[in-house]
Amino acid sequence: MSGRRAFYLTGVVVICAWVLVPLWLLAANALGGQPVIAAWPKPWFPGALSFATMAEFLAIEGVFRAMLIGFEVAVLCTLFSVALGLPAGYALARYTFRGANAFRLMVLLTRAFPVGILALPLTVGFIRLGLYDTPLGIALMHTALALPFAVLVSASLFQAIPRELEEAAWVFGCSPIQAAYKVVMPLALPGVSAVAIFAFVISWNEVFAASVLSARNRTLTAYLLAMLSESPLTYQFAGGLLLIVPSVLFIFLVRRHLFAMWGIASR
Amino acid sequence: MRGRALPYLLVAPAVIFLTVLFFVPLVQTIALAFETRTGFGLGNFLRMEDDLNFHDAVVNTFRFVGLAVPLQLAAAMGMAMMLRHLGRGRDLVLWIWTIPLGLSDLAAGLVWLALLNDRGYIASLLFHLGLVAEPQSWLTYETPIALFAAVVIAEFWRATAIVVVILVAGLQLVPKEYAEAASVFGASPWRIFTRITLPLMKPSIQSALILRTVLAFEAFAVVIAIGGRNFPVLVSEAYNWQNFNQEPSVAAAYAVVVMCLSLLATVVWLWLLKTPAEQRA
Amino acid sequence: MSRSRILTLSGALLAAALAAAPAVAADLIFSSGALAPVQETQKMRTVILKDYKGKVTFLPDEPPALLTRLKAEMQGGARVTSLIGGNDGDLAVLAAGGVLAPVDDVAASLASRGFAPDLLAMGKLGTDKQMYIPWMQATYFMVANKKALPYLPAGADINALTFEQLRAWGEAVQKATGKRVVGFPAGPNGLMHRFFQGFLLPSYTGGVVTTFKSTDAEKAWTEFAALWKTVTPNSTSINFMQESLLSEDVWIGFDHVARLLNALEQKPNDFVAFPAPSGPKGRGWMPVVVGLGIMKDAPDAAGAKDLISYLTTDTVQLVTAREVGFFPTVRATLPPDLSPGLKMAVAAIQGTGQAKDSLAAMLPVGLGAKGGEFNKVFLDTFQRVVLRGEPVKDVLARQGETLQRIMTEANAPCWKPDPASTGACQVK
Repeated sequence: MSGRRAFYLTGVVVICAWVLVPLWLLAANALGGQPVIAAWPKPWFPGALSFATMAEFLAIEGVFRAMLIGFEVAVLCTLFSVALGLPAGYALARYTFRGANAFRLMVLLTRAFPVGILALPLTVGFIRLGLYDTPLGIALMHTALALPFAVLVSASLFQAIPRELEEAAWVFGCSPIQAAYKVVMPLALPGVSAVAIFAFVISWNEVFAASVLSARNRTLTAYLLAMLSESPLTYQFAGGLLLIVPSVLFIFLVRRHLFAMWGIASR
Repeated sequence: MRGRALPYLLVAPAVIFLTVLFFVPLVQTIALAFETRTGFGLGNFLRMEDDLNFHDAVVNTFRFVGLAVPLQLAAAMGMAMMLRHLGRGRDLVLWIWTIPLGLSDLAAGLVWLALLNDRGYIASLLFHLGLVAEPQSWLTYETPIALFAAVVIAEFWRATAIVVVILVAGLQLVPKEYAEAASVFGASPWRIFTRITLPLMKPSIQSALILRTVLAFEAFAVVIAIGGRNFPVLVSEAYNWQNFNQEPSVAAAYAVVVMCLSLLATVVWLWLLKTPAEQRA
Repeated sequence: MSRSRILTLSGALLAAALAAAPAVAADLIFSSGALAPVQETQKMRTVILKDYKGKVTFLPDEPPALLTRLKAEMQGGARVTSLIGGNDGDLAVLAAGGVLAPVDDVAASLASRGFAPDLLAMGKLGTDKQMYIPWMQATYFMVANKKALPYLPAGADINALTFEQLRAWGEAVQKATGKRVVGFPAGPNGLMHRFFQGFLLPSYTGGVVTTFKSTDAEKAWTEFAALWKTVTPNSTSINFMQESLLSEDVWIGFDHVARLLNALEQKPNDFVAFPAPSGPKGRGWMPVVVGLGIMKDAPDAAGAKDLISYLTTDTVQLVTAREVGFFPTVRATLPPDLSPGLKMAVAAIQGTGQAKDSLAAMLPVGLGAKGGEFNKVFLDTFQRVVLRGEPVKDVLARQGETLQRIMTEANAPCWKPDPASTGACQVK
């Protein structure tokens, strides 16, 4: 048994390295600057760390405001995705109804159709609804991109929660809505957090729709990334690193709510 | 269960939301794909089909999706099972594994370019091991196989986390008692995995496959970062027609093709991994 | 417990989110597809616009996003942008989409600035109205690492190089080092099409459109395919030559000044800058222009006009040249206190324009939204002839048909160096 355990542990460590080493190299390139980027052969550790490019980014006028807007948009997107996605996912999991598969396909349409191609008519529509250049507008757009995750992931979760538990609750006098809320929700919560993470991260990283739908009120990603791809590599690396910090932190923060629930779930 | 209207009430908000914000632009764009100078027809599709890169793009897209998605599913399944065997530190490991989820496409493309380009870290590693003496070019039109491998590896690194999270969320709802019971009766771990765990995880696997396949058809930022002009896929061609050639109707034709492929794949997954109602938990 | 904690958490997040993002006072929005790289944006905001009296929000975007957003502002009827900056091609697309208001009055009021007449003429985009005011100009040239200089063919003058000598140079380096070190920006976002339209084809054929299928053109493509054997295969991924020059993947590279300048500025002692090569018909080169246009029904048209006036004063034009390396469109002499990198660039550009065999090839005129398809003709020809080795004559015949269709659909007359035409330009 201990041999198996060692095998698992090695696997886990190898996979961690597979994820982390490339990230370390991103950081090395971002902090090492041009000398590291152009070096051959590459050093594993940059000789002199330089936070100059990073500092330059943070000193750009409006970065702080863009960060707040990005955060606002991502949080709104998370709330909308959960609010719209969970009921729909529950319906798909618990009921057989005419049009269920059509609904699945409809939800996926927003992801199946490249959003950049849709951008012009979409933006015109948002402008007519008065949503242009507002955080709410961008959040709604991002919700549409996150909705397939919310619906499908929550549907698969509810499907795996035994129906008997709910039926038991009905027997004890709960209404279906109470049963869903008091019995099913706690069990599904870890998965719901997964939905929330997806929504937050999708919104935080989305560039194209955000920059097309906004002018004065840009999210951090649109504010920085819009100018990044034409910038020298030093800036691209620094900006790339800068942008992953908030989303990785967010995953870290909700991680406890997410996966600390194993005890309940594995019963 | 109260009345037949309940499921419709539950999906209604999402349906209304999508209809109001998306249905109209979507229909407009699909119509644009069929609009030609002389009226409605397949003109844009013919122009698309006639284009230099179309056949390469189709072949590349299928090779890419066909290899990346199964690889990711298998790896994510393995990772989810490994997590089950961990005690303390499980959430830390899971956090590390899901970090790529938080990366933008731009950052992921940069990471792999830094690793794989001529003077990248992989070439440097081989140099330190004494295997190569010079910077190596393997991301060019002269090295199509290495280029293809690089694109798949980069996408594998970036987007496996999404599958892992879905499968982990699903796996934790599979009761451990079934496996324990089977184990008491002498079933091997592999048998338990294939006969008990996998079937119980079908809904999650289905969701993961659907989402991943749809997203793989859409992936192009990393593909362009690594493949440049050498690895056209359908979506990157759609963007080229939209942005560089300024011909939105041909771009729309490409987008319609991508959409049909995605929906077709979805239908296949829905059908292949159907969970009959009576088997539902 | 966790449920209530999550509820608290999301409540707190929502409150924080809604409290964020204070409103900004109404100011003039200047959307631009030019000067989008981070450092240039910073220079624009903190130096170039510093002395302007009004409040301006300079909003750079990648051209695709910019075009989509502006067209949407137009169609949706909620104009936020007043002033638009962009290169000639992007402004042509916007003008064709009805986004730009004519600026004849601005051009008239600024007549004393002394705009270069051909640049002002380009601002008409083939119409009879002034659609944009020339803001900055630039062109393309070549940069070589000093390591490559010893291999320069005997008798070749680097400032009067021919295509044949360039090939011999590349071959000599390859022979000595085993590496292919010539580079062209043929990546997805590179500007390779301008090389064919403004440099290769004019140098060999004396024209672009009319001579597209000529035997001279066949020779141009055949010889370019031979030159390509010394070109690094990474070229099809290169978007900005400066990165490849700095990493020494490329020793001899061609690109737009804005995409070379970073290398020259960072390591002025490592590089030399020089004009692009010449062919049998002369030294083809393409001046490019970045213009300023005003949004139709702009929220602040008067402010936009005032800002155009500010940006085209001698002082600001010179500051712009010094800070971001784009050159004045008005009569203004560059000061001697330029940085070493910029000095090299200026010398290479002046060397191109003042060369005895100089042959200026203009940006396409009058194509409107067809500019992108026009570029694709040249890129497709390149891909077929050079990368796939298809027979030159067949490719030119086939692509020539497409080119003719584009010219006819756009009804665009020929532009320099092709001889003027009445009606749509004809591929001979």
